[in-house]
Amino acid sequence: MTPDLEPEVRKRQRERARITAILLGLFVVLIFAISIAKMTVNR
Amino acid sequence: MTSLPISQDAANLPATSRDLFALTKPRVMSLVVFTGLCGLLAAPVHVHPVLAFAAVLCIALGAGAAGALNMWYEADLDAKMKRTASRPLPGGRMDRQTALHFGVGLSFFSVILMDLAANHLAAIILAVSILFYVLVYTVWLKRRTAQNIVIGGAAGAFPPLIGWAAATGDVSTLPVLLFAIIFLWTPPHFWALSLFVRSDYAAAGVPMLPVVAGVQSTRRHILVYTLPMIAAAVAPWALGLTGWIYGAVAVGLSAAFLILALYVSANRATEPKEMGPEKRLFAFSILYLFCLFAALVVDKWMLA
Repeated sequence: MTPDLEPEVRKRQRERARITAILLGLFVVLIFAISIAKMTVNR
Repeated sequence: MTSLPISQDAANLPATSRDLFALTKPRVMSLVVFTGLCGLLAAPVHVHPVLAFAAVLCIALGAGAAGALNMWYEADLDAKMKRTASRPLPGGRMDRQTALHFGVGLSFFSVILMDLAANHLAAIILAVSILFYVLVYTVWLKRRTAQNIVIGGAAGAFPPLIGWAAATGDVSTLPVLLFAIIFLWTPPHFWALSLFVRSDYAAAGVPMLPVVAGVQSTRRHILVYTLPMIAAAVAPWALGLTGWIYGAVAVGLSAAFLILALYVSANRATEPKEMGPEKRLFAFSILYLFCLFAALVVDKWMLA
Protein backbone atom coordinates (compact mmCIF):
# COMPACT_ATOMS: atom_id res chain seq x y z
CA MET A 1 0.00 0.00 0.00
CA THR A 2 1.44 3.37 -1.01
CA PRO A 3 1.33 6.25 1.54
CA ASP A 4 -1.04 8.30 -0.64
CA LEU A 5 -3.61 5.49 -0.51
CA GLU A 6 -3.61 5.21 3.28
CA PRO A 7 -6.29 7.89 3.96
CA GLU A 8 -8.60 6.16 1.45
CA VAL A 9 -7.97 2.76 3.08
CA ARG A 10 -8.71 4.13 6.57
CA LYS A 11 -11.86 5.86 5.29
CA ARG A 12 -13.15 2.63 3.76
CA GLN A 13 -12.26 0.60 6.85
CA ARG A 14 -14.19 3.07 9.06
CA GLU A 15 -17.19 2.92 6.72
CA ARG A 16 -17.22 -0.88 6.68
CA ALA A 17 -16.78 -1.06 10.46
CA ARG A 18 -19.76 1.27 10.93
CA ILE A 19 -21.97 -0.73 8.58
CA THR A 20 -20.88 -4.04 10.16
CA ALA A 21 -21.81 -2.66 13.61
CA ILE A 22 -25.25 -1.58 12.37
CA LEU A 23 -25.86 -4.99 10.71
CA LEU A 24 -24.78 -6.84 13.86
CA GLY A 25 -27.20 -4.72 15.91
CA LEU A 26 -30.02 -5.48 13.47
CA PHE A 27 -29.11 -9.19 13.57
CA VAL A 28 -29.43 -9.24 17.37
CA VAL A 29 -32.85 -7.54 17.11
CA LEU A 30 -33.94 -10.03 14.43
CA ILE A 31 -32.87 -13.08 16.45
CA PHE A 32 -34.68 -11.67 19.49
CA ALA A 33 -37.84 -11.06 17.41
CA ILE A 34 -37.67 -14.56 15.87
CA SER A 35 -37.33 -16.10 19.35
CA ILE A 36 -40.36 -14.20 20.65
CA ALA A 37 -42.38 -15.07 17.52
CA LYS A 38 -41.50 -18.77 17.78
CA MET A 39 -42.54 -18.82 21.44
CA THR A 40 -45.84 -17.11 20.52
CA VAL A 41 -46.54 -19.56 17.68
CA ASN A 42 -45.66 -22.65 19.76
CA ARG A 43 -47.70 -21.56 22.79
CA MET B 1 -20.75 4.15 -7.33
CA THR B 2 -17.06 4.69 -6.48
CA SER B 3 -15.03 4.50 -9.65
CA LEU B 4 -11.32 3.89 -9.51
CA PRO B 5 -8.92 3.14 -12.32
CA ILE B 6 -8.02 -0.54 -12.65
CA SER B 7 -4.73 -1.01 -10.85
CA GLN B 8 -3.14 -3.27 -8.31
CA ASP B 9 -3.49 -0.48 -5.70
CA ALA B 10 -7.20 -0.14 -6.38
CA ALA B 11 -7.73 -3.90 -6.10
CA ASN B 12 -5.86 -3.86 -2.78
CA LEU B 13 -8.17 -1.23 -1.27
CA PRO B 14 -10.93 -2.57 0.99
CA ALA B 15 -14.14 -2.92 -1.02
CA THR B 16 -16.81 -0.33 -0.33
CA SER B 17 -20.20 -1.41 1.02
CA ARG B 18 -21.79 -0.19 -2.23
CA ASP B 19 -19.63 -2.56 -4.25
CA LEU B 20 -20.41 -5.43 -1.88
CA PHE B 21 -24.10 -4.63 -2.31
CA ALA B 22 -23.66 -4.55 -6.11
CA LEU B 23 -22.27 -8.12 -5.91
CA THR B 24 -25.70 -9.33 -4.80
CA LYS B 25 -27.32 -8.30 -8.13
CA PRO B 26 -30.06 -6.22 -6.46
CA ARG B 27 -32.20 -5.89 -9.62
CA VAL B 28 -32.38 -9.65 -10.10
CA MET B 29 -33.02 -10.03 -6.39
CA SER B 30 -36.21 -7.92 -6.57
CA LEU B 31 -37.99 -10.53 -8.74
CA VAL B 32 -36.64 -13.37 -6.58
CA VAL B 33 -37.88 -11.71 -3.38
CA PHE B 34 -41.27 -10.94 -4.91
CA THR B 35 -41.90 -14.49 -6.15
CA GLY B 36 -40.66 -15.91 -2.82
CA LEU B 37 -42.99 -13.59 -0.91
CA CYS B 38 -45.92 -14.58 -3.16
CA GLY B 39 -45.17 -18.28 -2.57
CA LEU B 40 -45.26 -17.61 1.16
CA LEU B 41 -48.44 -15.51 1.03
CA ALA B 42 -50.24 -18.01 -1.24
CA ALA B 43 -49.74 -20.82 1.27
CA PRO B 44 -52.94 -21.89 3.07
CA VAL B 45 -51.62 -21.14 6.55
CA HIS B 46 -51.11 -18.05 8.69
CA VAL B 47 -47.45 -17.16 9.16
CA HIS B 48 -46.27 -14.89 11.97
CA PRO B 49 -45.18 -11.59 10.33
CA VAL B 50 -41.72 -11.69 11.94
CA LEU B 51 -41.11 -15.25 10.70
CA ALA B 52 -42.44 -14.31 7.24
CA PHE B 53 -40.07 -11.32 7.15
CA ALA B 54 -37.14 -13.49 8.25
CA ALA B 55 -37.94 -16.13 5.60
CA VAL B 56 -38.13 -13.53 2.81
CA LEU B 57 -34.92 -11.92 4.10
CA CYS B 58 -33.20 -15.33 3.91
CA ILE B 59 -34.43 -15.81 0.32
CA ALA B 60 -33.02 -12.38 -0.55
CA LEU B 61 -29.69 -13.08 1.19
CA GLY B 62 -29.44 -16.51 -0.47
CA ALA B 63 -30.09 -14.95 -3.89
CA GLY B 64 -27.51 -12.25 -3.14
CA ALA B 65 -24.97 -14.86 -2.09
CA ALA B 66 -25.52 -16.84 -5.30
CA GLY B 67 -25.15 -13.61 -7.30
CA ALA B 68 -21.87 -12.77 -5.54
CA LEU B 69 -20.44 -16.25 -6.19
CA ASN B 70 -21.58 -15.98 -9.82
CA MET B 71 -19.70 -12.68 -10.18
CA TRP B 72 -16.65 -14.17 -8.44
CA TYR B 73 -16.53 -17.07 -10.93
CA GLU B 74 -17.44 -15.04 -14.02
CA ALA B 75 -15.20 -12.01 -13.52
CA ASP B 76 -13.31 -12.83 -16.74
CA LEU B 77 -16.55 -13.10 -18.77
CA ASP B 78 -18.02 -9.94 -17.23
CA ALA B 79 -14.92 -7.98 -18.27
CA LYS B 80 -15.59 -8.85 -21.93
CA MET B 81 -19.24 -7.74 -22.01
CA LYS B 82 -20.38 -4.10 -22.15
CA ARG B 83 -23.41 -4.88 -19.99
CA THR B 84 -21.29 -6.23 -17.12
CA ALA B 85 -17.85 -4.62 -17.54
CA SER B 86 -18.50 -2.03 -14.82
CA ARG B 87 -19.30 -4.60 -12.11
CA PRO B 88 -17.03 -4.42 -9.03
CA LEU B 89 -14.63 -7.22 -10.04
CA PRO B 90 -14.06 -6.43 -13.74
CA GLY B 91 -14.11 -2.74 -12.78
CA GLY B 92 -11.06 -3.37 -10.58
CA ARG B 93 -12.72 -2.04 -7.42
CA MET B 94 -12.53 -5.29 -5.47
CA ASP B 95 -10.26 -8.34 -5.24
CA ARG B 96 -11.71 -11.77 -6.04
CA GLN B 97 -11.06 -13.20 -2.60
CA THR B 98 -13.33 -10.60 -0.98
CA ALA B 99 -16.15 -11.56 -3.37
CA LEU B 100 -15.62 -15.27 -2.63
CA HIS B 101 -15.60 -14.77 1.15
CA PHE B 102 -18.65 -12.51 0.95
CA GLY B 103 -20.59 -15.01 -1.19
CA VAL B 104 -19.73 -18.09 0.87
CA GLY B 105 -20.35 -16.29 4.17
CA LEU B 106 -23.70 -14.95 3.02
CA SER B 107 -24.71 -18.41 1.74
CA PHE B 108 -24.08 -20.09 5.09
CA PHE B 109 -25.69 -17.21 6.98
CA SER B 110 -28.89 -17.27 4.88
CA VAL B 111 -29.33 -21.06 5.14
CA ILE B 112 -28.68 -21.19 8.91
CA LEU B 113 -31.00 -18.26 9.55
CA MET B 114 -33.72 -19.89 7.40
CA ASP B 115 -33.38 -23.07 9.45
CA LEU B 116 -33.75 -21.07 12.68
CA ALA B 117 -36.62 -18.87 11.49
CA ALA B 118 -38.62 -21.37 9.39
CA ASN B 119 -37.84 -25.08 9.10
CA HIS B 120 -35.35 -27.65 7.78
CA LEU B 121 -37.13 -28.15 4.44
CA ALA B 122 -37.05 -24.43 3.53
CA ALA B 123 -33.36 -24.26 4.54
CA ILE B 124 -32.52 -27.35 2.45
CA ILE B 125 -34.32 -26.00 -0.66
CA LEU B 126 -32.56 -22.64 -0.19
CA ALA B 127 -29.18 -24.40 0.01
CA VAL B 128 -30.02 -26.48 -3.08
CA SER B 129 -31.03 -23.34 -5.02
CA ILE B 130 -27.73 -21.58 -4.19
CA LEU B 131 -25.67 -24.66 -5.10
CA PHE B 132 -27.70 -25.18 -8.29
CA TYR B 133 -27.13 -21.59 -9.46
CA VAL B 134 -23.43 -21.59 -8.64
CA LEU B 135 -22.35 -25.14 -9.51
CA VAL B 136 -24.84 -26.35 -12.13
CA TYR B 137 -25.56 -23.10 -13.98
CA THR B 138 -22.48 -20.90 -13.47
CA VAL B 139 -19.66 -23.45 -13.30
CA TRP B 140 -21.02 -26.34 -15.37
CA LEU B 141 -23.55 -25.21 -17.99
CA LYS B 142 -23.06 -21.55 -18.86
CA ARG B 143 -19.80 -21.85 -20.80
CA ARG B 144 -20.52 -25.31 -22.25
CA THR B 145 -23.98 -25.52 -23.81
CA ALA B 146 -26.61 -23.39 -25.51
CA GLN B 147 -29.14 -25.11 -23.22
CA ASN B 148 -27.52 -23.30 -20.24
CA ILE B 149 -30.54 -21.13 -19.60
CA VAL B 150 -33.05 -23.98 -20.06
CA ILE B 151 -31.64 -26.14 -17.26
CA GLY B 152 -30.14 -23.24 -15.29
CA GLY B 153 -33.54 -21.56 -15.22
CA ALA B 154 -34.45 -23.91 -12.38
CA ALA B 155 -32.18 -21.90 -10.07
CA GLY B 156 -34.41 -18.83 -10.33
CA ALA B 157 -37.56 -20.94 -9.98
CA PHE B 158 -36.91 -22.05 -6.39
CA PRO B 159 -38.05 -18.92 -4.45
CA PRO B 160 -41.85 -19.59 -4.47
CA LEU B 161 -41.10 -23.18 -3.45
CA ILE B 162 -38.93 -21.90 -0.58
CA GLY B 163 -41.57 -19.36 0.48
CA TRP B 164 -44.28 -22.03 0.50
CA ALA B 165 -42.05 -24.52 2.38
CA ALA B 166 -41.15 -21.82 4.94
CA ALA B 167 -44.86 -21.25 5.60
CA THR B 168 -46.16 -24.82 5.57
CA GLY B 169 -43.15 -27.09 6.15
CA ASP B 170 -44.03 -29.15 3.07
CA VAL B 171 -44.36 -28.94 -0.72
CA SER B 172 -47.57 -29.61 -2.66
CA THR B 173 -48.89 -29.32 -6.22
CA LEU B 174 -49.36 -25.53 -6.33
CA PRO B 175 -45.78 -24.55 -5.35
CA VAL B 176 -44.45 -27.13 -7.80
CA LEU B 177 -46.55 -25.45 -10.53
CA LEU B 178 -45.19 -22.05 -9.45
CA PHE B 179 -41.70 -23.52 -9.82
CA ALA B 180 -42.65 -24.81 -13.30
CA ILE B 181 -43.98 -21.39 -14.37
CA ILE B 182 -40.66 -19.62 -13.63
CA PHE B 183 -38.63 -22.55 -14.98
CA LEU B 184 -40.49 -22.42 -18.32
CA TRP B 185 -40.63 -18.60 -18.36
CA THR B 186 -36.84 -18.24 -18.08
CA PRO B 187 -35.84 -19.43 -21.61
CA PRO B 188 -38.15 -17.07 -23.60
CA HIS B 189 -37.23 -14.22 -21.21
CA PHE B 190 -33.46 -14.68 -21.53
CA TRP B 191 -33.46 -15.57 -25.21
CA ALA B 192 -35.35 -12.33 -25.98
CA LEU B 193 -32.58 -10.45 -24.14
CA SER B 194 -29.78 -12.48 -25.71
CA LEU B 195 -31.06 -11.65 -29.20
CA PHE B 196 -30.34 -7.96 -28.84
CA VAL B 197 -27.12 -8.34 -26.80
CA ARG B 198 -25.89 -11.23 -28.98
CA SER B 199 -22.61 -9.49 -29.90
CA ASP B 200 -21.79 -9.15 -26.18
CA TYR B 201 -22.21 -12.89 -25.60
CA ALA B 202 -20.33 -13.72 -28.81
CA ALA B 203 -17.40 -11.48 -27.75
CA ALA B 204 -17.25 -13.21 -24.37
CA GLY B 205 -17.49 -16.68 -25.95
CA VAL B 206 -20.68 -17.60 -24.06
CA PRO B 207 -22.61 -20.18 -26.14
CA MET B 208 -26.02 -18.53 -25.86
CA LEU B 209 -28.58 -19.82 -28.36
CA PRO B 210 -28.42 -16.83 -30.78
CA VAL B 211 -24.61 -17.18 -30.92
CA VAL B 212 -24.65 -20.94 -31.50
CA ALA B 213 -27.88 -21.58 -33.45
CA GLY B 214 -28.55 -18.17 -35.02
CA VAL B 215 -31.16 -15.48 -34.65
CA GLN B 216 -34.05 -17.17 -36.48
CA SER B 217 -33.65 -20.45 -34.64
CA THR B 218 -33.72 -18.55 -31.33
CA ARG B 219 -36.94 -16.80 -32.36
CA ARG B 220 -38.54 -20.18 -33.13
CA HIS B 221 -37.33 -21.52 -29.77
CA ILE B 222 -38.94 -18.54 -27.99
CA LEU B 223 -42.30 -19.32 -29.60
CA VAL B 224 -42.07 -23.07 -28.90
CA TYR B 225 -41.06 -22.57 -25.24
CA THR B 226 -43.86 -20.04 -24.75
CA LEU B 227 -46.49 -22.78 -25.19
CA PRO B 228 -45.55 -25.00 -22.20
CA MET B 229 -45.01 -21.84 -20.16
CA ILE B 230 -48.61 -20.79 -20.87
CA ALA B 231 -49.84 -24.30 -20.00
CA ALA B 232 -48.02 -24.10 -16.65
CA ALA B 233 -49.34 -20.58 -16.00
CA VAL B 234 -52.96 -21.59 -16.56
CA ALA B 235 -52.67 -24.99 -14.82
CA PRO B 236 -53.21 -23.76 -11.21
CA TRP B 237 -56.61 -22.38 -12.24
CA ALA B 238 -57.48 -25.31 -14.54
CA LEU B 239 -56.72 -27.78 -11.73
CA GLY B 240 -58.91 -25.85 -9.31
CA LEU B 241 -55.99 -24.76 -7.08
CA THR B 242 -56.80 -21.05 -7.54
CA GLY B 243 -59.91 -18.98 -8.22
CA TRP B 244 -61.22 -17.06 -11.23
CA ILE B 245 -59.14 -13.93 -10.51
CA TYR B 246 -55.88 -15.76 -11.07
CA GLY B 247 -57.41 -17.65 -14.01
CA ALA B 248 -58.53 -14.48 -15.79
CA VAL B 249 -55.18 -12.74 -15.26
CA ALA B 250 -53.21 -15.85 -16.34
CA VAL B 251 -55.27 -16.29 -19.54
CA GLY B 252 -55.14 -12.58 -20.43
CA LEU B 253 -51.43 -12.11 -19.77
CA SER B 254 -50.51 -15.39 -21.46
CA ALA B 255 -52.45 -14.39 -24.58
CA ALA B 256 -50.50 -11.11 -24.66
CA PHE B 257 -47.23 -13.02 -24.16
CA LEU B 258 -48.10 -15.35 -27.04
CA ILE B 259 -48.92 -12.43 -29.36
CA LEU B 260 -45.58 -10.76 -28.54
CA ALA B 261 -43.77 -14.08 -29.10
CA LEU B 262 -45.50 -14.37 -32.50
CA TYR B 263 -44.28 -10.86 -33.40
CA VAL B 264 -40.75 -11.94 -32.40
CA SER B 265 -40.95 -15.09 -34.53
CA ALA B 266 -42.13 -13.00 -37.50
CA ASN B 267 -39.28 -10.50 -37.17
CA ARG B 268 -36.35 -10.96 -39.57
CA ALA B 269 -34.06 -8.20 -38.24
CA THR B 270 -30.47 -9.00 -37.37
CA GLU B 271 -29.41 -5.62 -35.97
CA PRO B 272 -30.23 -4.86 -32.30
CA LYS B 273 -31.70 -1.45 -33.16
CA GLU B 274 -34.34 -3.15 -35.32
CA MET B 275 -35.29 -5.65 -32.64
CA GLY B 276 -38.30 -3.79 -31.24
CA PRO B 277 -40.44 -6.96 -30.82
CA GLU B 278 -37.65 -8.69 -28.87
CA LYS B 279 -37.21 -5.68 -26.56
CA ARG B 280 -40.97 -5.48 -26.02
CA LEU B 281 -41.18 -9.19 -25.22
CA PHE B 282 -38.27 -8.94 -22.77
CA ALA B 283 -39.83 -5.96 -20.95
CA PHE B 284 -43.29 -7.57 -20.95
CA SER B 285 -41.95 -10.89 -19.64
CA ILE B 286 -40.83 -9.19 -16.40
CA LEU B 287 -44.24 -7.54 -16.01
CA TYR B 288 -45.88 -10.89 -16.84
CA LEU B 289 -44.23 -12.70 -13.94
CA PHE B 290 -44.88 -9.85 -11.49
CA CYS B 291 -48.58 -9.64 -12.41
CA LEU B 292 -49.09 -13.42 -12.47
CA PHE B 293 -47.71 -13.87 -8.95
CA ALA B 294 -49.49 -10.76 -7.66
CA ALA B 295 -52.76 -12.19 -9.06
CA LEU B 296 -52.10 -15.43 -7.20
CA VAL B 297 -51.92 -13.60 -3.87
CA VAL B 298 -54.88 -11.32 -4.63
CA ASP B 299 -56.91 -14.37 -5.68
CA LYS B 300 -56.09 -16.20 -2.47
CA TRP B 301 -56.89 -13.20 -0.25
CA MET B 302 -60.07 -12.13 -2.07
CA LEU B 303 -61.58 -15.57 -2.61
CA ALA B 304 -60.28 -17.46 0.42
